[in-house]
Amino acid sequence: MELTLSLGIGVLVGSGVWLALRPRTFQVIVGLCLLSYGVNLFIFAMGRLVTGAAPIMPKGGFVNPDRYADPVPQALVLTAIVIGFATTALFLVVIMASRGLTGTDHVDGKEREQ
Amino acid sequence: MTPPPHIIVLPILIPLIAGAIMLMYDERQRRLKLGLGLISCVLQLGVAIALILRAGGSSELGRNIVTLYLLGDWPSPYGIVLVLDRLSALMLLLTSVVALPALIYAGAGWHRNGQHFNALFQFLLMGVNGAFLTGDLFNLFVFFEVMLAASYGLLLHGSGRVRVGAGLHYIAVNLLAAMLFLLGVALIYGTTGTLNMADLATRIPRLSEADRPMIHAAAALLSGAFLIKAAMWPLCFWLPNAYGAAAPPVGAVFSLLTKVGAYVIIRLGLLLFGPAAGESAGFGAQVLAMGGMATMAYGSLGVLAAQDLGRMTGNLVLVSSGTLLAVAGLAMIYDDAPMLTGALYYMFASTLGLAALFLLAEPIGRKEEGIAGLLAVTAEVYGLDPEEDDDEPREEGTAIPGATALLGMAFLVCVLVVAGLPPLAGFLGKFGMLSGAVQRAWTLPGMWGHWAFVVLLILSGLCTLIALMRWGIQSLWANGEDPPLPVMEALPILMLVGTVALLTVQAEPALRYLDRTANALTENAVYIGGVMTAPPVGPEALASDAPDSDTAEPPAPGEVQP
Repeated sequence: MELTLSLGIGVLVGSGVWLALRPRTFQVIVGLCLLSYGVNLFIFAMGRLVTGAAPIMPKGGFVNPDRYADPVPQALVLTAIVIGFATTALFLVVIMASRGLTGTDHVDGKEREQ
Repeated sequence: MTPPPHIIVLPILIPLIAGAIMLMYDERQRRLKLGLGLISCVLQLGVAIALILRAGGSSELGRNIVTLYLLGDWPSPYGIVLVLDRLSALMLLLTSVVALPALIYAGAGWHRNGQHFNALFQFLLMGVNGAFLTGDLFNLFVFFEVMLAASYGLLLHGSGRVRVGAGLHYIAVNLLAAMLFLLGVALIYGTTGTLNMADLATRIPRLSEADRPMIHAAAALLSGAFLIKAAMWPLCFWLPNAYGAAAPPVGAVFSLLTKVGAYVIIRLGLLLFGPAAGESAGFGAQVLAMGGMATMAYGSLGVLAAQDLGRMTGNLVLVSSGTLLAVAGLAMIYDDAPMLTGALYYMFASTLGLAALFLLAEPIGRKEEGIAGLLAVTAEVYGLDPEEDDDEPREEGTAIPGATALLGMAFLVCVLVVAGLPPLAGFLGKFGMLSGAVQRAWTLPGMWGHWAFVVLLILSGLCTLIALMRWGIQSLWANGEDPPLPVMEALPILMLVGTVALLTVQAEPALRYLDRTANALTENAVYIGGVMTAPPVGPEALASDAPDSDTAEPPAPGEVQP
């Protein structure tokens, strides 16, 4: 499971970085999305990998923390997803505005001279 | 009598509520929104002054009082806390001192230029204030994002091709920085199991050998995010474009945003990797010192190369933040409180000067048709018809006579402050840094770092002076006619210049405050003790309004007398 997850994060971040460095705005935004997926998975994995364990502990009595998942990264990743989604949506609007104003989808607003 | 601890949360609540109310009103109610924004800014200024008095304690004793606000009333390292100490109170004051003039200036006409200017302005202030107050890393991320989201909107305010192009780069860079931030935060949590800054500082010296590289990697990722924000070379290429393209009042508040990055670097660098950090002490300090100096050099060259005042000021922002970063790095290595004092003072003065320069840039270059002509151009690009959009007639206020003389004097003051020449505040700050650096360099022969810093500091001042004087001669002397200058635009410039003058006249108490701030930063036991010892207030303590309901204030370890 560790290998699968780390490979998944690696592939997401690797392709995300490559796409974010491309000159087209669409590629950049897809790259940023992939990057944020990779980052979110990474945050989630920081709570250690366990299967079938609930993140909510019962009240009172002795609680064995080994039998529960860490709730903090789950809360963090939820916040990160929401914020990432909102900022990506905003970026999309700016990209549309740039396309409308400049007539090109190049990130610099003009095609490079060949 | 100290004000109740609830006052700590006010710098976040006031702009949040003001901004939220503004969203409920139609765009036509601009005057109402402006009024609300001004009330909010004045309240924030008042709260910031109250907080700085609280954090400073009585100035004779010079205590560094760390005050906690437990947001969920969970005990300190587990719950989310707001922490007020001298440094955060200082930054809050700087924010409100810059924000109020910028908003008044925007009220002269800029806020009509697009939608939701006033609400976004308040949310930006909320994010900045929150970032200065928060005591844990994840909340820092949240406030950073609030601040950035509002800044995206403000940068695009007024629209137009240049702004959208600059905004595109700005947003992309900051989204990447946010990813780095999250990676660093997650790695820190995975390694140490805490995100509370003070708790983190106690755990880092006790880390096992296997975990230490992890925490260093996490710190490097985190500082990547902050250094992008503070615009350290080579992460700074986005800044002059974005700041130069922004509307003048927006540029003025943006001069605060780099200071947020620098604040976090100073706070976390000295707290987590200060001398008390055991084997991790001084991690990354060399990078910080050298990067800061490279930023100063790059910014100085940029100032010389820039043609218009907006870009020049953008590059001056680089010089200012590079100076701060270099001093932070040197202070981390050598535990230098005196240099840090000078740097903080210089930061305060230069931020005011830079904000005033952003505001000055546009009126000086303005031609006869005045701001209305400029607005007409942007409104056209924006696709708005000003006639149909404005229900009230456009008034610019009475233009004041002798505008060139006033602008010229204000410009001169800004140049003196930013370049660090006597007799104004910038000189005192630079002198503090120089004398600290030279003293340290004599006691440590063979170390070139301080000498390099001294040379760069003087050269950057010289470059600033040359570039700004060249621009001033072209635009002020060679320009015969008076540009029209409404009172609403003259007033904020005078306010900023007046604050600089006040800072110069009141240099002694200011420097005393900053000196203790710098000492408290280098002795992080005070901060840690203050954060870790606060008991929760509890429902019964809240219900009974006992005289000692002030329990969020830490007991003895939080108060140290030097």
